[in-house]
Amino acid sequence: MSVTAAGAEAVPLGKRIRRFMSDRPLVPLVILLVLLVVALQILRPGIVNERWIANTVKFAIPLAILAGCQTMTMLTGGIDLSVSTVATMAAFIVSTQAVEHGPVIGVALALLPAVLIGLANGIGVGIFRVHPLIMTLGTSLVGIGCLQVYQRTVIATGTKVPAFLSWLGTGVTGGFPNALLLFIPVASLILFVLNRTGFGRLLYAVGDNERAARLSGVVYWKVILALYVGSSLLAGVAGLLYVGLIKAPSLSLADPLLLPSVAAAVVGGTSIFGGRGGYTGTILGALILTVLTTLLTILQMPEGARRILFGLIVLLVTAAYLRIVEDR
Amino acid sequence: MLETTGAKKPVTTNPILDATGVAKNYGAVAALRNASLSVLPGEVHALMGANGAGKSTLVKILTGAVRPSGGRIQIRGETREFSSPGAARRAGLVPVYQEPSLIPDLDIASNLRLTRTPVEPFAEWVRELGVNDLSLGATARDVPLAIQRVLDLARALAAEPHVLLLDEMTAALPADLAERVVDVVRRQSAAGRSVIFISHRFVEIAAMCDRATVLRDGETVGVLKIETGVEERIVELMLGAKIEKARGVTHGARSTATVAGPPRVAVRNLAVGKLQDVSFELANGEVAGVVALEGQGQDELFEALAGARKPSAGTIEVDGAAVRFAHPADAIRAGLALVPGDRSEALLMHRSVRENIALPFSAPFRRWGPIALRKERATVTAAIERLQIDTRAQREVQRLSGGNQQKVTIARWIAAETRTILCFDPTRGIDVRTKREIYRLLRELAGQGFSVLYYTSELEEVQHVCDRAIVIFGGRVVDVLPVEIADEAALTRAAYGLPRQSEVAP
Repeated sequence: MSVTAAGAEAVPLGKRIRRFMSDRPLVPLVILLVLLVVALQILRPGIVNERWIANTVKFAIPLAILAGCQTMTMLTGGIDLSVSTVATMAAFIVSTQAVEHGPVIGVALALLPAVLIGLANGIGVGIFRVHPLIMTLGTSLVGIGCLQVYQRTVIATGTKVPAFLSWLGTGVTGGFPNALLLFIPVASLILFVLNRTGFGRLLYAVGDNERAARLSGVVYWKVILALYVGSSLLAGVAGLLYVGLIKAPSLSLADPLLLPSVAAAVVGGTSIFGGRGGYTGTILGALILTVLTTLLTILQMPEGARRILFGLIVLLVTAAYLRIVEDR
Repeated sequence: MLETTGAKKPVTTNPILDATGVAKNYGAVAALRNASLSVLPGEVHALMGANGAGKSTLVKILTGAVRPSGGRIQIRGETREFSSPGAARRAGLVPVYQEPSLIPDLDIASNLRLTRTPVEPFAEWVRELGVNDLSLGATARDVPLAIQRVLDLARALAAEPHVLLLDEMTAALPADLAERVVDVVRRQSAAGRSVIFISHRFVEIAAMCDRATVLRDGETVGVLKIETGVEERIVELMLGAKIEKARGVTHGARSTATVAGPPRVAVRNLAVGKLQDVSFELANGEVAGVVALEGQGQDELFEALAGARKPSAGTIEVDGAAVRFAHPADAIRAGLALVPGDRSEALLMHRSVRENIALPFSAPFRRWGPIALRKERATVTAAIERLQIDTRAQREVQRLSGGNQQKVTIARWIAAETRTILCFDPTRGIDVRTKREIYRLLRELAGQGFSVLYYTSELEEVQHVCDRAIVIFGGRVVDVLPVEIADEAALTRAAYGLPRQSEVAP
């Protein structure tokens, strides 16, 4: 590079900072999150309080779970665009079935389409080598179609969000959102799977170098099948939580979360080309996007401008982040 | 500079192509120092050289794919800049390569239009070459491979080149077509056109060529007239001084008779890719070298043994039982694992040394659960220490040096205690010290009863590591040399399909 610092400290400061960031890729994300919160506090003094934090966390959780699906699939070089449909299906089914059959059967029925869609995705991507983007988009459309058919059959029943889901989705106990009761175990599980299990290793391996993984005896389709079923189940769980938060099941309930879930994973440092990233970054990414949304809302911009700004910021942050973290 | 050996063809005309002092540096590495090639009108001229002699670099320069760092190239006495493949073509030098060059998704007519090849002469050449039922509307993909090669040649001929460059083009042809090609090439030279012919087959060279230029270490070391017995002279030139300083065996060769029971691996009549009928055995506690010229199908052999490619015929036996590998996982279960020649095919570049070494542990379904970290660390650390991998930059394997990366790919199978390691040119492009360490390690493994199949493109390695050398040429095992006589000269001769030299008194 151009900086030729004389003397003993041959490594220029900028490079040292980049080394540091590259070894601890979460640091810049935390800094960004803090900056956003500070900006919010400056623009609306007093807004950042206990209630606001609980609220932000509540809205960030369903996004963070869906972004977990994206993180895991993106680690293998894939993506799961059916998560919003799966979440919506789970939410809608539980709201129509739990009234009649009770919560346990209701949840089981709600997660059934999740498993089916996950299996279809896994078979398509893992065995028939359909591109994940196309495969999951296809199953997503099929799923929404099925849900529309299903809706006609339950028009008479009407929808009702089960009480335990509302409690979980919106309730706050001692300043902490109840949703954390679900999220902490789920997040711990994802982190554990990715960092401490053989399956997690294989996700990274398949995404980093599929041929190397194959030569080491990794059977691609088995990994991919398990992955997409897991991702779908997780999306179903996120849907159950989300309907408890929104309390109004509809056929497009989780759609607004789809692209932010991808963005959260990308902002959090997971490469869409596979092999690199992790769930901690994704959680921070989900928080950053949620705070950013609040920030853009209180600026009282028209919806269009807000979206434009949101998109630009996501692009900028991702580009800048990769610049900082990639130490070449 | 140009040392001319052997009788020259009476020079009546100036050379049609005259390249002198051609050099090419890649950074500090000189791929070509001082290469020259002079082709007379109406001559079929063979270009020869061992692996790494600079043959392919010279071809790339002549065809305009690579710019030379020095030297002069003249065509018909005119100095030409071969700045692009198109420029070389316009200057009258048209190449035909080993791999088909037709675009598979276009039909033949569209392919011709791409290179502005006139259709009439093309069709005539195709008939001349013995293909009578070609439809121009056929998609190139649907044309059999051998015919595609003929079409490539016809297309080149239709461009009426001054010099036709045939790079291993007969290698993939059935015998009858190859003969036709030889015929046509001969007639080309009678018509005053010249041909540069690159081939590993002495039979073809003897049948077709007038003279041969031999390269060694980036220099032209001789130009010979093709006559009977010239093969020996060419091999000598390709090897140069190496023939005198052939090293002795650096390890005690293991006697095969001491190991009882069935061989560790037995390959019988295996056909895969370019290999037609390959049989050999690999004993327990043996390092068997595989020697072959580039592109003889050795990579396919290794992939078949590692379960990464399905053989079309023949059997593989492990410990006396026939096996059929559908996936590398099956081969690994049978204790066979591949260390590929290209490290980027084996490593997870963004993952740590530890994860790379431990990768095979997690592969079977029953090992998908929680990792026993302490046990894993112990195993991995033992492997790292055994190979002396420099782990200062172990967070990402891509930050390691080439030698250390290669050690990681081997350490993986040491840690997994794989009984048979298939090493495909593992020392390519790594430093001498690491090479020595790898030799020592492989000998050590053999001493412990493990077995290694070892392909190398550097023939001198055979005597450093191997107990035997299995030589493959033309799709078959042509010779198996005991290590004592497997010096570079003997291996080179065998690799070119020449018979063993009769025992000469020292």
